[in-house]
Amino acid sequence: MTLFTPRTEIEAARLVADLALTKKPVTIQGGATRAGLGRPNQTEATISTNRLTGITLHEPAELVISAKAGTPVAEVAAALDAKGQMLPFEPMDHRAIFGTTGEPTIGGVVAGNHSGPRRIQAGACRDSLIGVRLVNGRGEAVKSGGRVMKNVTGLDLAKLVTGSYGTLGLLTEVTFKVLPRPERALTLLIKNLDDARAVAALSAALGSPFEPSGAAHLPAGLSRPIPRTILRLEGFSVSLEYRIGQLRRLLADFGELIVLEGEDSRGLWRGVRDCEFLAEPTESALWRVSTAPTRAPQVTAAVAAAVPGARWFYDWGGGLVWLSLPPTADAGAATVRAAVASAGGHATLVRAPREIRAMVDVFQPLGPLTRVTGGIKTSFDPAGILEPGRMYAGM
Amino acid sequence: MSPNIFSIPETMIGFLIGFKPCDDPLVYACPNACDQNDAGTRETPNMTTIAFPAPDAGIIARRDEIVAGLAKLVAGEALITAEDELRPYESDALTAFRKVPLAVVLPSTTEEVAAVLRYCSAQGVPVIPRGSGTSLVGGATPQEDAVVIGVSKMNRILEIDYANRAARVQAGVTNLAITGAVMADGFFYAPDPSSQLACSIGGNIAMNSGGAHCLKYGVTTNNILGLKLVLHDGEIVEIGGDHLDMPGYDLLGLLIGSEGQLGIVTEATVRILRAAEGARPVLFGFPKPELAGAAVAAIIGAGIIPVAMEYMDKMAIAICEDFAKAGYPMDAEALLIIEVEGSEQEMDDQLVRIIEIAKKHGVTTIRESKSAMETAAIWKGRKSAFGATGKIADYICMDGTIPTGQLPYVLGRIDALVTRYGLRVANVFHAGDGNLHPLVLYDINDPVERQKAEDCGLDILRLCVEVGGCLTGEHGVGVEKRDLMPVQFGKADLDQQMRVRAVFDPAWLLNPAKVFPLEGRVAA
Repeated sequence: MTLFTPRTEIEAARLVADLALTKKPVTIQGGATRAGLGRPNQTEATISTNRLTGITLHEPAELVISAKAGTPVAEVAAALDAKGQMLPFEPMDHRAIFGTTGEPTIGGVVAGNHSGPRRIQAGACRDSLIGVRLVNGRGEAVKSGGRVMKNVTGLDLAKLVTGSYGTLGLLTEVTFKVLPRPERALTLLIKNLDDARAVAALSAALGSPFEPSGAAHLPAGLSRPIPRTILRLEGFSVSLEYRIGQLRRLLADFGELIVLEGEDSRGLWRGVRDCEFLAEPTESALWRVSTAPTRAPQVTAAVAAAVPGARWFYDWGGGLVWLSLPPTADAGAATVRAAVASAGGHATLVRAPREIRAMVDVFQPLGPLTRVTGGIKTSFDPAGILEPGRMYAGM
Repeated sequence: MSPNIFSIPETMIGFLIGFKPCDDPLVYACPNACDQNDAGTRETPNMTTIAFPAPDAGIIARRDEIVAGLAKLVAGEALITAEDELRPYESDALTAFRKVPLAVVLPSTTEEVAAVLRYCSAQGVPVIPRGSGTSLVGGATPQEDAVVIGVSKMNRILEIDYANRAARVQAGVTNLAITGAVMADGFFYAPDPSSQLACSIGGNIAMNSGGAHCLKYGVTTNNILGLKLVLHDGEIVEIGGDHLDMPGYDLLGLLIGSEGQLGIVTEATVRILRAAEGARPVLFGFPKPELAGAAVAAIIGAGIIPVAMEYMDKMAIAICEDFAKAGYPMDAEALLIIEVEGSEQEMDDQLVRIIEIAKKHGVTTIRESKSAMETAAIWKGRKSAFGATGKIADYICMDGTIPTGQLPYVLGRIDALVTRYGLRVANVFHAGDGNLHPLVLYDINDPVERQKAEDCGLDILRLCVEVGGCLTGEHGVGVEKRDLMPVQFGKADLDQQMRVRAVFDPAWLLNPAKVFPLEGRVAA
C-alpha cells in the first residue's frame, strides 16, 4: 500500500499518468471522514489531497470562492463567515454517522455532491459549483467552468464530475458561488403530525411565497417522544416577522407554530444535515432515499411493514428520507429497492459493513443508463485506475 | 431592420412583464416570425470566416431514398421536403447562416423521434435538433446533407403537480407557456430568456438558457428535475425524474447546455416555484459607470441579493428611452434597474437599504415604480434594448461573462476597442452576475465596417476570457463562437469534452458543425 501526497496539480498529473501506464488502481482520499461511502475497493495505491490545500481566490463582492481540493471545509466556511457569507448548500458532515475523526475536505464535498437542508431552496452542491480543475485517468489536467456565475461555454463537465466519487478524476481545485449569510434564522415547529400530514404541511409551506430554507419532519422517538415537523426561515428580521405571521395563518389547520431561535434552532438543522438522529446504534444500516415528497410516506410505510425496528426522518420537504434499518444480511436492500421502485426515485446505502457493501448495490442500479455511464467512465479513465468499482461493480 | 418584431399585442407584453420580466437578447419575436425567420427579424453579421464541413455528396445523391425511408416512419404531414416549405428552416435567429436542409421532420411522439434518429444513424445522415429556432448563435443552423428534427409539434403540458412543485412537459412547449399554465395558481417556471414567448423548453435545455432573474433563481440547469432523451441510435432513456438529484453521474448537468449534440430531449420535468407576493423595479441613474458598478458590489456586500440588477450605459439609455418612453434618466451616464420582490413591507424594507447604498455611491436619480403600468414601461425599455438598437443601426450582440469586480476595467477596454475600430457600442448587461451584452453598432451595407464589427466582437470575447470570464453566459457556443473555444479551453479540456460527446454520438452525426472547432476532433 503506497500513499502519494502530491503538492501540485502538475505532480498529481504526472503521478496519475505513471499509474495509468502500469494500470495500477488508486483510491483518492481527502480527509477520510467519509471513506465508508460507496462500494469497498482494494487498491495498492492511495492519492491523498492533504497537501493540495489553501483558498486560492475569495472575492466577497463577487460572491465567489476557490480552494484547492484538500482544503478543510472548516477553513472555507471560516473564510466565508469572516465576510458574512456561506456555502449555500450547507454540506453534510459525515463524521457523526461514521464515527470518524479528522477534517472533511472541500474536494470530498464535491466528490459526493453532499448537500444539506438548504438544498430545497438554494440548490445542491452541483448548483453552487461553478468551476473545477481535475486530473483525469490519463494524467491530464482538465478544467471545466470557471469563476463566473453564468457560463454555458462547452459541455458542463463540472456537474458531471460532482458526485462521481473520484471515479472520473482527481479533483485539484473547486470554485463555488456563495451567498450572504442571513441576518437572522429561526425554526417553526409543529408537534404531533403523522408522516403524511407532516409532508402535507411542508408542501403547503414550500408552495407558499414565504420561502422556507429548510423543511423536515422528525417522527416520534428521534431524541424526543413526539413527532416534530420543522420549517426554517432565514433573512432580514422584518421579513421573518412577516413570514411567521403568514405561515401561522397558512398552516393553522396543522396546529400551533412554535418559534425556536438560537442554538435550539441551529442544533435541530445540524442534526438533520448530519443525520445525527440516526447515528446510533452504529451497527444499523443507513439508507438515503430521494423521491417525490408526497410519495415519501409510502416508501417508509412499505419499509416499516417489512422490517421491524426501521426508523426514519424526512428532509427536503419529504423528498429526502433517511432510513435506519437493523443489521441484516443485505442491510434491507431488497425491501428498500422494492419500495423505491414503486414510488419512484433512488436509494443509496450510506452505512453498512464492508462485506455487505461489496455484495449489494450501494448506489441505485443504472438500468438503461449503464452503457453511457460506462462510456463516460472510460472516456475519463481508459485504464480504469481511478477508484475502480467504487460506484458500480466492474466499472 | 424590422418594424414587425414589436408587433405582438400590447396585452401579451403586459402578460410577459406583469409576470416575470424577461431580459437579454432576442426581441419580442412572435413564434411564427421565429419559425419562419423572416429576413430581417434580426440583422446579423455575415461571419464568412466560419466554415461548415463540406456537405456529403453521397448523402445528397441519396436524397430521394432517404426521404422515402423517413416517409415510412412518420405521418405524412410530419415530413417536409418541398423547397419552399424547407425555406423557413434554413436558419435560426442567427440569420447570417442559411442552409436548406435535406428534409425536416416534425414528429408528434417520442417514438417517432426515436424511429427517425435510428434511421438517420443507420444511414449515416447528420441530424439537426430544433426547438423554436430562436438561437442567437446558430444552435439550430442546418446543413445541406442533414435532416432537421423539430419538436414544435410536441407542445403539450402533460402533468402539473403542485404538491411536489414539478411539471412534466413536452419539449416543444414554450418557456412562457409553462408559466402560463401555472400562474393562475401563483406558480411560475423561473428561467426567463427574453425570447420566452417563442422559445421552447427543449431549446432552453439544449442551450442552458438564462434570463434577468437568474441572480436569484438560477438558470435552466438549476430548474430541471428529469428528462426523456432519445439517444443517437433511437434508444429512449429517462434521466432523473420528479425527485431531487439524479442517481449516478449527473447526466442532467451534462445534457443541459449540450447544444443538441448528445441526443434529443422530448420531455422534461421542470421545477415550478411559488411566485413572490409582489415585485417592484426601481431606476437608479449614476453620473459615472464606475459608481454604478461600485453600488452593485456594495449591495451584494450588504447581504442583499435583489431578484434582478440590470445595467445600461448612456447610449443604451438613449436608444431605449427613445423607443419605450420609460422615463429613464437621460442625464445619467449609467442606469441600474434593480428589482426587489416579496410583500409590500419586505420590498419597502429592501429598497430602503438599497437606496441608502445607492446614495453613498452618488446616485443622481431614483425612480420607483408606483404602478403596474410604470413597471411595465421600465421593463419594456430594458427588454426592447436589442430591438430598439436595431432601429437605429445594425449591431452584433456579444454574450460574455466577466468577474463583476472587473466591470469598470472591462467597460473601459470595450470603449477603447470600439473607438480603435471606429465603431460605437451600447452596453446592456446583467450587473449582478457579470453577463455582458455589448451591442457593437455598424452599417451592414459597408463590408469593411462589417468586418471591423465582427473582429471587434471577437476581441471583446477574448477580453472577457482574459479577465477570468467566459465566451458565453447564456446564449451558447453554436457556430458563432465555435472557433473561439481554444481561447478559453486548452487542448486537454476540449479533448475531454469531445471524448464525452463521442460516447453519445460516436459518428458525430448530431448537430456536428457546432461547439467544437472542426479541426482536431477526437473520438471516445
